[in-house]
Amino acid sequence: MPSRGPDFDPEEFKRYARQAGARLRESRKLFYGIAIALVAIVTLWSGYYQVEPDEVALVTRFGRYVRTSNPGPHGKFPFGIERVLKVPVQRQLKQEYGFRTALAAIQSQKEQTDETKSEAVMLTGDLNVATVEWIVQYKVSDPYKYLFKLRDVEDTFRLMSEATMRSVVGDHSVTELLTVGREAIAARAKELLSEMCKRYDNGISVQQLVLQNVDPPEPVRPSFNDVNQAIQERERAINEAWAEYNREIPRARGLAEQKIQAAEGYAVERVNRAKGDADRFIALEEEYRKAPEVTRTRLYLETLAQTLPQAGRKLIFDERAKGILPLFPLGPVHEEARP
Amino acid sequence: MTLKRIVILGAAVLAIVVAGSMFYTVSETEQVIITQFGEPMGGAITEAGLHVKIPFTQEANVFEKRWLEWNGNANQVPTRDKKYIGVETYARWRIANPLLFFQRLRDERRAQSRLDDIIDGETRNVIAAHNLIEVVRSTNRPFEKAEEVEDVMEAESMLQIELGRDKITRLILDRVSKVVPDYGIELVDVQIQRINYIESVQTKVFERMISERKRIADRHRSEGQGKSSEIRGKKERELKVIESEAYRKSQEIMGKGDAEATGIYASAYNHNRELYKFVKTMETYRSSVDKDSWLVLSTSADAFRYLQSSAAQGAAGKPGK
Repeated sequence: MPSRGPDFDPEEFKRYARQAGARLRESRKLFYGIAIALVAIVTLWSGYYQVEPDEVALVTRFGRYVRTSNPGPHGKFPFGIERVLKVPVQRQLKQEYGFRTALAAIQSQKEQTDETKSEAVMLTGDLNVATVEWIVQYKVSDPYKYLFKLRDVEDTFRLMSEATMRSVVGDHSVTELLTVGREAIAARAKELLSEMCKRYDNGISVQQLVLQNVDPPEPVRPSFNDVNQAIQERERAINEAWAEYNREIPRARGLAEQKIQAAEGYAVERVNRAKGDADRFIALEEEYRKAPEVTRTRLYLETLAQTLPQAGRKLIFDERAKGILPLFPLGPVHEEARP
Repeated sequence: MTLKRIVILGAAVLAIVVAGSMFYTVSETEQVIITQFGEPMGGAITEAGLHVKIPFTQEANVFEKRWLEWNGNANQVPTRDKKYIGVETYARWRIANPLLFFQRLRDERRAQSRLDDIIDGETRNVIAAHNLIEVVRSTNRPFEKAEEVEDVMEAESMLQIELGRDKITRLILDRVSKVVPDYGIELVDVQIQRINYIESVQTKVFERMISERKRIADRHRSEGQGKSSEIRGKKERELKVIESEAYRKSQEIMGKGDAEATGIYASAYNHNRELYKFVKTMETYRSSVDKDSWLVLSTSADAFRYLQSSAAQGAAGKPGK
C-alpha cells in the first residue's frame, strides 16, 4: 500500500502505518462483530418459530418428519436443516358445493357461477334431475396424513364429496330428495364420505354435512309448484266439504229433535184432551142418569138457543100452511142476506 | 499467507461442491431413484431424510410418493339403453414402482396422458355396456313414498339394478388396474364424479318430469274433488237418515197418542152411547151453524111445537135428530 514517493520518510511511514494498522484492526473488529451479530440474528431467526393456538407444526429434518409441536414458541435447527409445516388442526374448515359465499357477514351473500351450477346438478334414482347445494364441515384429524398422504388433499376432498353426494342422491327418488328424504340423504352422504376419508387415509374427519337448497331444475320448477298448489286445492276442497257437512248435519239433527218433541207434545195433548173430554162426559152422564128427560130437553134447548141466533136466516113454517114455500123469493133475499 | 489462504478457500469450495453432490435429502413426500450415467442403480429410496451417493457420477431422480391426481374430462357416452350422458370420473394413483415408472414414462406429464387414454377408454367401455340406471343407483332400496304421491310413479322409477354404481366403478378400477402396473403405477381409486344428461336429452327429461308432475297434480285435484263429493254424499245420506227417522219416530209417537186418546174416548163413551150420540149431535149443530146458514124449520119440530099449541105432546120426550 505505501508508495515510494520522492520524499519518503521511513519514520513518518512507520508512524503512519502503525496508525493505519491500529485503525484497520479496530474497523476489522467492528466488521467481524457486525458479521457475527448478523449470523447470530439469522441463526436465531431461522431457528425460531411460533405455533398459533389453532395449529400444530410438523417439523422435518432433511425432509424427514421428526416431531410435532403444539402451540407456543419453539426452536429448530436453522438454515433449512429443519423445516416447519403448520396445519390448522383446531380450525373448522368448510367447503361449499353448488354455491360460494361471496361475502360472509350477518347476512351472507351467495354467489353462483357456471362451475357451481354444474356442481349442483345431479341425477336422482328415478332418472330425474335435481339441483342440490350442500356444505361439508371438516377438521384435520391427522396432520401427518393430511400433509404426506395425498398431493392435493383439499381438491381430492371436493371430488370425494361430489361423488358421494351423487351416489346417495342417485339412490333416492326426486320426491324423497325434495321432501321426506333430506335428513336421511345428508346422514348417508356423511357416513359414506367419512368411510371414504378412512379409505383414502387423508387425515380428514368429516364433522357435518348439511344440505342447503334442494330444488328441481329451473324449467321444471313451476310444475313442482303446481303439485304443491294441487295439494293445497285438494285439502281446501275436502275442508270445504267437511265444513258443509258440519254446518248441515247438526242443524238437521236439531230439526229432527224438534219434530220428535212436537210429536210428543201432540200425543200428550191428545191424551190429555181425551182424558178431559172423557171426564167431562162421565160427569155429565152421572148427572144425566139422575134426570134423563129434563137434562136431555135442557141440552137440546140450550143448543138451539145458542145455534139459532148464529144462523143468518131462519125460516119456520107450518106444514099445514101450504102456500108459503112456492112464493118464497130465494134470490133477492139471498142477496140481501149476503152483505 | 495469501497462497495458503487461496488453497484453503479453494478446498472449502471444493468440499462444499462435493458435499452438495454427495448428500441429498428425501422428503416425506418423495422417493428417489439413483442413476449412474443414466443407468438406474438399485431400487427406490423411499426413506425420508439425508442420504449419500457418489458425487458427480450419480444422479438423484425424485418422484412423488403421495397419491396423485387424475381428473377426467367429461365423456359423452351412450349407455346400453341408448341414453346419452356425460360422465366425469376422477382417479387417484401413485407411483408404486418408481424404477418402472422412470423407465417407461420418465415423468408425470406423460403418465397423465397415458392415464387419460386408459381410464377414459375403460370408463366408456364399462358405461356403454350397462344401462343408465346401473350407473345412477347403488342399491335396490325401494323409494319411500311421500304420503301424498302414492302410486303415481311406477315403471321407470323402480328399475332394478344388477350391479349398481359402486360395482361399476369397481369394474373400471379392476380393468384399469390390469394395465397400469406395467407403467409402475398403482390405481388407488376411481370414482364417477358426475353424470349428467347431454343437452338434448336433458330437455326431453325435463319434459317428462313436467308431465309426471302434471299427472301428480291432476291426481291431487281429482282426489280432492272425489273426496269432497264423498263427504257431500255422506252428508246427503245422513240428512235423509236423520229426517226420515225423525218422521218415523214422530208418526209413531203421534199414533200412540192418537190410539191412547181413542181408547180413552171409547171407554168413556161406552158408558152411555145414547147420551154420547145426543151430546155430540148437539155440539155439531152448535159448531156447524153460522151466519151464512139458513135454517128452515118446521113447527112440527120439537122446539117449535109450542108455536102452534101450548099443549105439550108426548113427542117432546123422544130424542131429537
